[in-house]
Amino acid sequence: MLIYIAHYHKQVITNFQCFSSLRHDDLKEMLDSNKDSLKLEAMKRIVAMIARGKNTSDLFPAVVKNVACKNIEVKKLVYVYLVRYAEEQQDLALLSISTFQRGLKDPNQLIRASALRVLSSIRVTIIVPIMMLAIKEAASDMSPYVRKTAAHAIPKLYSLDPEQKDQLIEVIEKLLADKTTLVAGSVVMAFEEVCPERIDLIHKNYRKLCNLLIDVEEWGQVVIINMLTRYARTQFLNPNMNESLLEEGSDKTFYGSDEDEDEEEEEEKDKKPYVMDPDHRLLLRNTKPLLQSRNAAVVMAVAQLYFHLAPKAEVGVIAKALVRLLRSHSEVQYVVLQNVATMSIKRRGMFEPYLKSFYIRSTDPTQIKVLKLEVLTNLANETNISTILREFQTYIKSMDKDFVAATIQAIGRCATNIGEVRDTCLNGLVQLLSNRDELVVAESVVVIKKLLQMQPEKHSDIIKHMAKLTDNIQVPMARASILWLIGEYCEHVPKIAPDVLRKMAKSFTNEEDIVKLQIINLAAKLYLTNSKQTKLLTQYVLNLAKYDQNYDIRDRARFIRQLIVPTEKSGALSKYAKKLFLALKPAPVLESPFKDRDHFQLGSLSHLLNAKAGGYQELPDWPEAAPDPSVRNVEVKDSVRAVGTVIYRDTGSSEEEERKHERKSKQRKSESESESDEEEDSESESSQTESEDSESEAEVKKKKKVLKKTHFKHSNMNICMYSCQCSFISFQAAESKPPSKPVKKDNKKEKKEMSLLDLDDCKLFFLNLFFKLSALKENTKVMALTSTISPSSALKSYEMLHRITGEGLSVEYCFSRQPFSPDANMVAVQMQFTNNATSDTKNLHMEDVKLQSGMRVKEFPEIELLPAGEMVTAVMGIDFCDSTQAANFQLCTHTRKFFVSIQPPVGELMRPVFLTENEFKKEQGQLMGMNEITEKITLDVKCRNEHSIVQRVITAANLSRVPCGSDKECRFAGRTVTSSSLVLVTVATKEEGAAKLTINCEKMVIGTMLVKDILLALTQ
Amino acid sequence: MIHSLFLINASGDIFLEKHWKSVVSRSVCDYFFEAQERATEPENVPPVIPTPHHYLISVLRHRIYFVAVIQSEVPPLFVIEFLHRVVDTFQDYFGVCTEAAIKDNVVVVYELLEEMLDNGFPLATESNILKELIKPPTILRTMVNTITGSTNVGEQLPTGQLSVVPWRRTGVKYTNNEAYFDVVEEIDAIIDKSGSTITAEIQGVIDACVKLTGMPDLTLSFMNPRLLDDVSFHPCVRFKRWEAERILSFIPPDGNFRLLSYHVSSQNLVAIPVYIKHNITFREGSSQGRFDLTLGPKQTMGKAVESVLVSSQLPRGVLNANLNPSQGTYTFDPVTKMLSWDVGKINPQKLPSLKGTMSLQAGASKPDENPTINIQLKIQQMAISGLKVNRLDMYGEKYKPFKGIKYMTKAGKFQVRT
Repeated sequence: MLIYIAHYHKQVITNFQCFSSLRHDDLKEMLDSNKDSLKLEAMKRIVAMIARGKNTSDLFPAVVKNVACKNIEVKKLVYVYLVRYAEEQQDLALLSISTFQRGLKDPNQLIRASALRVLSSIRVTIIVPIMMLAIKEAASDMSPYVRKTAAHAIPKLYSLDPEQKDQLIEVIEKLLADKTTLVAGSVVMAFEEVCPERIDLIHKNYRKLCNLLIDVEEWGQVVIINMLTRYARTQFLNPNMNESLLEEGSDKTFYGSDEDEDEEEEEEKDKKPYVMDPDHRLLLRNTKPLLQSRNAAVVMAVAQLYFHLAPKAEVGVIAKALVRLLRSHSEVQYVVLQNVATMSIKRRGMFEPYLKSFYIRSTDPTQIKVLKLEVLTNLANETNISTILREFQTYIKSMDKDFVAATIQAIGRCATNIGEVRDTCLNGLVQLLSNRDELVVAESVVVIKKLLQMQPEKHSDIIKHMAKLTDNIQVPMARASILWLIGEYCEHVPKIAPDVLRKMAKSFTNEEDIVKLQIINLAAKLYLTNSKQTKLLTQYVLNLAKYDQNYDIRDRARFIRQLIVPTEKSGALSKYAKKLFLALKPAPVLESPFKDRDHFQLGSLSHLLNAKAGGYQELPDWPEAAPDPSVRNVEVKDSVRAVGTVIYRDTGSSEEEERKHERKSKQRKSESESESDEEEDSESESSQTESEDSESEAEVKKKKKVLKKTHFKHSNMNICMYSCQCSFISFQAAESKPPSKPVKKDNKKEKKEMSLLDLDDCKLFFLNLFFKLSALKENTKVMALTSTISPSSALKSYEMLHRITGEGLSVEYCFSRQPFSPDANMVAVQMQFTNNATSDTKNLHMEDVKLQSGMRVKEFPEIELLPAGEMVTAVMGIDFCDSTQAANFQLCTHTRKFFVSIQPPVGELMRPVFLTENEFKKEQGQLMGMNEITEKITLDVKCRNEHSIVQRVITAANLSRVPCGSDKECRFAGRTVTSSSLVLVTVATKEEGAAKLTINCEKMVIGTMLVKDILLALTQ
Repeated sequence: MIHSLFLINASGDIFLEKHWKSVVSRSVCDYFFEAQERATEPENVPPVIPTPHHYLISVLRHRIYFVAVIQSEVPPLFVIEFLHRVVDTFQDYFGVCTEAAIKDNVVVVYELLEEMLDNGFPLATESNILKELIKPPTILRTMVNTITGSTNVGEQLPTGQLSVVPWRRTGVKYTNNEAYFDVVEEIDAIIDKSGSTITAEIQGVIDACVKLTGMPDLTLSFMNPRLLDDVSFHPCVRFKRWEAERILSFIPPDGNFRLLSYHVSSQNLVAIPVYIKHNITFREGSSQGRFDLTLGPKQTMGKAVESVLVSSQLPRGVLNANLNPSQGTYTFDPVTKMLSWDVGKINPQKLPSLKGTMSLQAGASKPDENPTINIQLKIQQMAISGLKVNRLDMYGEKYKPFKGIKYMTKAGKFQVRT
C-alpha cells in the first residue's frame, strides 16, 4: 500500500515538472470533471504552482466555475486562487460574486463571516458598492465574529477605493462602540489604517478599550496600546512636568547659566501641583499586567507606553520585562536592544541593575554584540565603569574584528564621558597600538586622536609614538588621523613633525584621498609654524596636489597656497592664515547614535530605522493644559447591554465598571444610597445571551458568571481608588443566592485603605464561591472546609438567631445540599454570621451540644474575629439520624452565649441519586404496599406545567429528577443521608390540575412527612 | 500590515511566496540578497531592511529566511513575533520546519497562511483553532486522503474562534486523560579565566502536554513561588489569581504548549554544576599549541551530569588539532575551526579530559585571541533553582487524570572564557 502511495506521489511530482509545457490542459480537464477528488487534486497542484510564483492565470475560468463546489477544501482553494488573480481578471471574477452574496445571508455566523472575508478580499473596483453594503450590514450583525470580519474588511475596501473614507469612518465609529473583545482589536486596526487622525472617535470608547484590553487577542493588544499611547499624549498632562527639565543621563545643559535656573524655580512656584487624570491612571494600570505577556510585541508595546506616558518613578517596571525578551530569538533581541539603547540614554537608572544581562557572549551575532555594547556604554557611570572596562578588555581579544573595533569606540566614549578613567582608557588604547591586527590599531588611532584633543599638552609622548606608526599602518582613516594630530600639535613634537611630512611627501601619490588632504593640511600647518625647515617640502606637496586626479585635492591645494604663501595678489586673508589654521578646536563630543531617537515612538519601525516610515503617526507633544476630561464620560443606556462580552482573565474590569462609575455620579447627585440589584442580575444574564450550544461551554459560562461577580467586586475597588468623595456604595451580593448582604462602605479618605482591604476579602469570598461551583459540578469531595455558599438559587434560609436577641449578632442558616466532605453521613449546614453591632465580635464557636441519641455534630471552626458590619459564613455538619429532631447547642462569643437550635425539614435529610427509568421502576416495584403512600391533590394554578412542578419538588426536598418517557409524570429519587434508604417520588398529572402524588420509601415516617411537605409545596 | 511573505533557502532560492494584498514582485528580494552578501554570517543579516518602496522584515529559522514585505509603519516586533509564530506552527504541523517539509505540504502551508493572516493582519494564530480548521497531516491521513480523496480541511465549522477560551478546541475526548508538565531550567553563565562567575542566571520554562477530555480547569501551585522573579504566561493563565495567591489557574489548550516562562530572582546564588580546568597556550615562534581541558562536577546535588557537549571556536591560525579524549569523541572542523567534544556523562571518579596539541600555520605569529568554551549539559530530575511544584488540581471535569511532573536542568548560554 505504502509503496503504491509513494509511487503515486512520484507521479504527481513528475506531473508538476511538465506543467508549463502542457498548457494546463490536463488541469482544466480535471477541474471540469464531476469528481471532487479530481478537482481537489487539480486545485492542489494549482496552489502549489502559485506558491512557487508560477503564473496560472489562464486557468481562471476553469477554476472560478468551481466556486460553488460542495467540497469544502476545493472551495477553500478556489478562494485562494480567486483572491490571487481577481485583480487581473476583473470581469470573470464578477461571476463569483453572487455566491458570496448568498453566503452573506447564511444563518450560520461562520459562513457569513467567511463570505464577507473573501468578498472583501477580491480587489475589483466595480464591486465597491456591494462591499460597502456588505460591510455596513455585517457591522450590525448579531454575531461578534461577523462584526470582527467587518472590521477587517474596512481597510481592504479603503485601499481599493479611498473615496469611501467618510462612509467607512461611520462604520468604524459604530464598531468602536462595540463592547466585545473580539471586535476591539480589529476595529482599532481599521481605525489606524483609515483615519488615525480622528482621535475624537476614541473619547467615548477610551475607558472601555482600557478595560477590555486584557482580554483582547494579543495582536489586537499591540495595535490598541500603540493607538492609546498617541491618544494619551493628546489628552493628558505630562506626569513629569513638575520635575526638573533636565533628564538624568543628559549632561547639564551646555549653555546652562544661573539665570536659567532662577527662572525655572520661579516657574515651578507658579505651577499647580500635578494630579494625574484618573483615566491616565486607568491606562497605566490596565496595561501593566501585559508586561507578562508571552508575546514580545505586546511587551514592547507596553514598555513604550510606559516610557512615553508614565511618571518617571514608575517607568522602571518595564526594564525587567525588556531584559527578559533578550532571551528570545536574535531578531527579537535586535529590536529590543535598539529600543533599550534609546531608553538607556534618557533613563539610565532603570537598566543599571541589569547591567550584567547585557554582557556579550562570543556566540552572539555581531549586530547584537554591537547593540549590547551601545547599551553598556550608555549605562557606564563612575561607579560601574571599572567593571565595564574590565569586561571591555576581554572583548578586545575577540576574534570578531568588527566587534573589537566597536569596543574601541565604546571605550573612547566612556573615556570622554567619565573624566576619572580617561587616562586609564588612553593607556589601554595606546597598548592596542601594538596589536597585530591593523583594523584594531586603526580604530585605536582614531579614538586616541579624539581623546588627545581633550588634553594634548600632557600626551606628547603618545603623539610621538603614533608618529612612528605611520610607517606601518595602512588603513587610510588611521593615517589621516595621525597626520591631523601631528599637524594640530606640531608644536609639541617640533622635531618629528617635519620628518613625518618628508616621508609623506615621498609617498604622496600613492595615498588615499583623505590621507592626501591631511598631508596638505599638515604641510600648511608646518609651513606656518616652522617655515624654515618645511618651506620646500610644502611647495613640493602642493605642487603634487595641483596635478592630482581628484578635484577636491586640487582645490584644496590651490586654496591653501593662496592662503599661506604670501604673494602680492593675495589679499588680507593671508594675514589671518595662522589664526585660521591653528585656531583652538573644541574637543569632539562622542555621542551615542541613539541620542534623541526617542522623538520617534519607541517600538516603531521609524524608530528602528531612525527615519520616518510611510504611514507613521507622529507622537504628539504633551498639551500645555489638559483638554476637557468629560469627553470620555459615557451615558448609560440600560436597554443596550453588551452582547457576548467575554471575560476570561480577571483583571478588574468589564462594562460593570463603567456602569458603576456612572452610577456613582448619579448617586452623587441624588445623595441616595438606594440601588436595585435587580438591574445587575438582568444584566449579567443578558450579557450571556450569545449562547453557545455545547454543554461544556455552558459550564464555562457558569464560571464566567461567577468570575464576573469578582470583577464586579473589583470594579468597586477601582472606584474607591478613583474618587474619595462618593458617600456610600452599597453592594448587593447578587442574585437570590445567599441572603443579600449589604456591605456598606464608608468611603471617606481616612478609611480608604481599610475599605480596600475589605474588598479584597470579598474577592476571596467570590473566588471561593467559584471553586464551590466547579466542585459541585464535579460532585466530588474536593471542597475545603471553609466557608461555602450554595450555588443553587432555590435555597431557603432559616433564622437561628435574630439580631435583637443576639445583641447585634444575627445568624441564619441554610442547607447547602452539598456533600459534607469530612463525613458523608452528615448534612451540611451553612451558617451566615452577620455582625450588626458597632463593636467587633470575637471567638465565635459552639459549645454544649445537646442531641438525641445517635445524632452527631461536626462543629464549625472557630471564627476568631468578626468585625463590625461584616459577615462571614461557616459550615457545620450534622448527622440527624434520619429524623427531624432538632440539634440544640450554644453559640458562644467572647462575651455572650446564646441557645440555638437547628431543625431540618424532612426534605433536607436526603441526597439526590441518579436512577434510570428502568431502575426506578424496579425499585418502585420493591417498595409497594406499606411503603407506598399515595395522595390525590389539586395542583396550584401557577404550578400546572412540568417545569414548575419539578422546581417546586426539588425546592421542597433534595432529590434528583429521574428521566421519564411520559410528559404526564415527573419522577424523583433520593436516598436518606444516614441510612441510605431509597426515597422515590412520583407526581402524575391529570386534567385540570388534578394530580396523584406517590411516595415510596422504606422509612414510613420520612415518607409521611415528605408527603405533607411536597403536598404543601405543590398546592400553594 | 504584512503584505507578502517569501521563503528563501540557504542557497538563495525563493521557494514559496504568498501575498495577502496585491502581488509584490519577487524582485523586491534582491535588496535582501544584497544585504545577505554584505553580512559575513547568515545570522548577521539585519532583521529590518528598508528598500525604496517597501520594508523587508526577516527572521532566520532552520536555515530558512522568512521575509515579510511591509509597506508602511508597523511595530517591527509585531512582524517578527508573527513570523516566529508561523515557524512554530509549521513545526507543530510537520514535526520539522525544513524546506523539504514545506514543499511536501505546500497546500497545507498555503491554507495555514491563508487562515493566519487576513489582509495582512493576524487572524487565527492559536494552534488549537488552526488544527480545528486544518487538520495536521499524518501518515495515516495522507494515505486515506489519497485513496478516498477526502481532505485535510476540517468538516466542522471552527467554533473555537467564537469561544470564550479561543486557545482550546471544543469537544476534546481522550480515553486516557493525562497531563504532563516539564519544568526545564537553563543556566546562562559567563565564567571568567580564573573560574569565577561573572554573571549567572536561571531561566526556566514549564512546558505542558495536556490531553484531557472536556473543559478542565487546572490549578498548579508551587512550594516556593517566591523564587519566580519575572514570569510570562500563556494567555490562558489568569493574572489576578497569580498576583493574589501565586497560583497558576488556567483552562489549558489541548496538546503541547508553553505554560509559563520565568526568571529566577537574581538574589539567589546560582549553583554552577560543572567546573573546567583549562590550559590553552600558544608559544611565540613555535607552530605548536597546547590544549588541555578537564571537566568536573560541582554543586550538582548528587545528580549525574549527562549529555555534556563542549565546543569551542579555535583561532583562525589553528590548522589542526591532535587531541586525546579520556572519554567520548571529538571533532575538529579545519574550515570553520570549530572544535566539539561530545563528552557524555561525567563520572566524578574519573574526570573526563581532552589533551593534546594544536598545529598552527607555519611562520604565522601567535594568535592573540583566546577561544571561549561553550558547554551544553543536562541534569535530570532536578530544577537547579530548587523550584518545586506543590500540587495540581483539576476542576470542572469528573474523571481522575493522570498527572506527571518532570524536572530538568540544562545549560543555556554557558560560556567559559579562557
